[in-house]
Amino acid sequence: MQLKTKNQSVLQKIAPFIGLILIVAIISISNTDFLTVSNLMNVLRQVSINALIAFGMTFVILTGGIDLSVGSTLALTGAVTAGMMASGIDPILAMLLGLLLGAILGAVNGIIIAKGKVAPFIATLATMTIYRGLTLVYTDGRPISGLGDSMTFQLLGKGYFFWIPIPVVTMIVSFGILYFILKKTTFGRRVYAVGGNEEASILSGINTDRIKIYVYSLLGLLAALASLILTSRLNSAQPTAGEMFELDAIAAVVLGGTSLTGGRGWIVGTLIGALIIGVLNNGLNLMGVPSFFQQVVKGAVILLAVLLDRKKTA
Amino acid sequence: MIKMTDISKSFSGNKVLKNVHFALEKGEIHALMGENGAGKSTLMKIMSGIYTRDSGTVEVKGEQVNFTSPKQAEEVGIAVIHQELNILPYLSIAENLFLGREETFGRTGVLRTKQMEKKTRKILLDLGLNVDPADPASSLSVGKQQIVEIAKALSVDAEVIIMDEPTAALTDREIDNLFKTIRELQKRGVSFIYISHRMEEIFSLCDRITILRDGEFVGERKISETSFDEIVQMMVGRELGERFPERKSEIGEIKLAVKGLSRKNCFEDISFELRKGEVLSIAGLMGAGRTEVAQSLFGYKKLDGGIIEFDGKQVKIDTPKKAKEMGIGYVTEDRKSEGLVVDFTVEENVSMTNFAAISKNGLISKDKERQLFDTMVQRLGIRTSGPHQPAKSLSGGNQQKVVIAKWLGIEPELLILDEPTRGVDVGAKKEIYSIINQLAERGVAILMISSELPEVIGMADRVLVMHEGKITADLPKKEMTQERIMHFATGGGKLAVED
Repeated sequence: MQLKTKNQSVLQKIAPFIGLILIVAIISISNTDFLTVSNLMNVLRQVSINALIAFGMTFVILTGGIDLSVGSTLALTGAVTAGMMASGIDPILAMLLGLLLGAILGAVNGIIIAKGKVAPFIATLATMTIYRGLTLVYTDGRPISGLGDSMTFQLLGKGYFFWIPIPVVTMIVSFGILYFILKKTTFGRRVYAVGGNEEASILSGINTDRIKIYVYSLLGLLAALASLILTSRLNSAQPTAGEMFELDAIAAVVLGGTSLTGGRGWIVGTLIGALIIGVLNNGLNLMGVPSFFQQVVKGAVILLAVLLDRKKTA
Repeated sequence: MIKMTDISKSFSGNKVLKNVHFALEKGEIHALMGENGAGKSTLMKIMSGIYTRDSGTVEVKGEQVNFTSPKQAEEVGIAVIHQELNILPYLSIAENLFLGREETFGRTGVLRTKQMEKKTRKILLDLGLNVDPADPASSLSVGKQQIVEIAKALSVDAEVIIMDEPTAALTDREIDNLFKTIRELQKRGVSFIYISHRMEEIFSLCDRITILRDGEFVGERKISETSFDEIVQMMVGRELGERFPERKSEIGEIKLAVKGLSRKNCFEDISFELRKGEVLSIAGLMGAGRTEVAQSLFGYKKLDGGIIEFDGKQVKIDTPKKAKEMGIGYVTEDRKSEGLVVDFTVEENVSMTNFAAISKNGLISKDKERQLFDTMVQRLGIRTSGPHQPAKSLSGGNQQKVVIAKWLGIEPELLILDEPTRGVDVGAKKEIYSIINQLAERGVAILMISSELPEVIGMADRVLVMHEGKITADLPKKEMTQERIMHFATGGGKLAVED
């Protein structure tokens, strides 16, 4: 009995990995351009932004929450950072303030959810609209460019560490830190506990409100980091940036096997989930699938993965 | 009525039933007992068509049957009432009763609501329940919902009703009512299979008893020809000795004193003292406010008024975190919803209250965590396959020990236990009593809420009886009798002082 549950969970954990290998195999057979170092680096760079957000989303979903406002958070922090840089503030200071703003926007979500006892879906649906609105007000609906030529800022999105794009390095380092936090720290354990059984967590003397506020802040911070990379790559901040990013992030988390009801899942799965989405995007492009049809394929893959997951757990 | 012979069943190579016999006669109430994991539920699931047997025969009214679905069992008149009731709270009582076989105008799908409500009223009145069938089912107490479940079974012509721990969530008065209904139906020829851990109930209600142990048939007895001790011995396979182990604790100074505690609509004017090494029990009916008092003392529910003194100093306990830091532990009433994270491993559950001991600067030390786990497993005799076993796969008794282990780790000075042995088998019960005794002997002040009167009388140094949010009696050990406690729990006034 014990053995069975253990095997099941192992299977559940490696399933996304098998899925990724399958997709990579199919794409590389049908298109020889896919398995080249330069294309793979390209895929990883495209993946990095979604992956960073999805890492944060993993924490939120593990507590049993959800955050729909990340796309708007990304847009607002990007716009404000760009605005500061365009007006001549020290770029590094501007970037740090941008990160801080992301964390604050996330904390606002967390406070509404934890202290105001509002359902996460509703709370972040509201802040999604508010943050997007604030972005449009701040930018007057126009892109912000003329960001100066700060080396650090330019490298963030466009630089290379040896032959690895800096965004990919950022993603890997963040992954390592977050993996460690979830696995080895009391904070990580409490994140799982809150999602596994909030009542029991409170009654074990855990300050669940604080844990919730922290996870949303962490997600806000990571969304801001993603926004810096995006702004750097585009050399401008777009008021419409990040639309639908929340869905890609949630998809990556779910593809990775993390339960939407909280308490179960792991961040390695999320990384693989983000890779699956990135590889699909890239592969479908290479295979010349029309872009409208690509969305249908992507959605179908997500649905298939979740259905298979259901079968296993049932 | 039903005869099961040589039933065997395995799950993934693990034999859970080995050549088990079971025979049920018409119009009898037959108890099925055994420790958790003895195979009771598996046997009943085979009888009701949820599982198929590997070997053996099942006969219903002399005819051999091979159920492959619960529907087939239902058709020959076997109904199951599960521990978790199948009541839809927002539907009306009548809608619940007719769920899945609603009466309509012809084939239109339009409901004959009035007619169904009329029938419901009649069926329920027949069972002694006078309620408005149009009311939502949630307006009924758990006990009355249970009667609705029985009515549901009867309205599909059930001749055999299997009841799994039906009284776990009932008050004593509701239990009396339920038993009355069962006996009434027995007279009309309905047979019952009654699964329970409560020995007193089985002796007062049942005609015969079948006992299983480790998937094997141990024996069948007439209730009138057996004894408490014999049944326990058959269940655990050894002499259990005294049901309530002896305690040699010295009652010390006052640990906790509360004065005039109140919380709106829950309880009022609660005052008592609890000393070191003392086991103080709170008895009363469900809904008397006992759990709420415990939750308030633990900082989980807010108080509206009153004073709490801990070690002689006035304190304010507004969060469970603070209570924990003061050295108060709380073993909750419902271990699955409040006590455990069922997806966590046993080890992770034990750690949940003990981060301070197993971590440094926020980093969990694997070694210290394992050490704590090993200590607790040894100290409490938790039967687990290892630290990585999911808590959900433990038996009820072992789950309860894990919840207790969570709190022993903080070395509590005051431990609140809310129904510490609910749904726990006899062997594990005694082990839990021993743990409580050991703690009291070490000077821990124990506050134990319990609805099982024999347990209160066997364990407590003193009992507070609550009725509708107020303390109605404070009885020392020598004045405790079941009758007295029930008298005060049901709101009876002062008894004449006996000599």
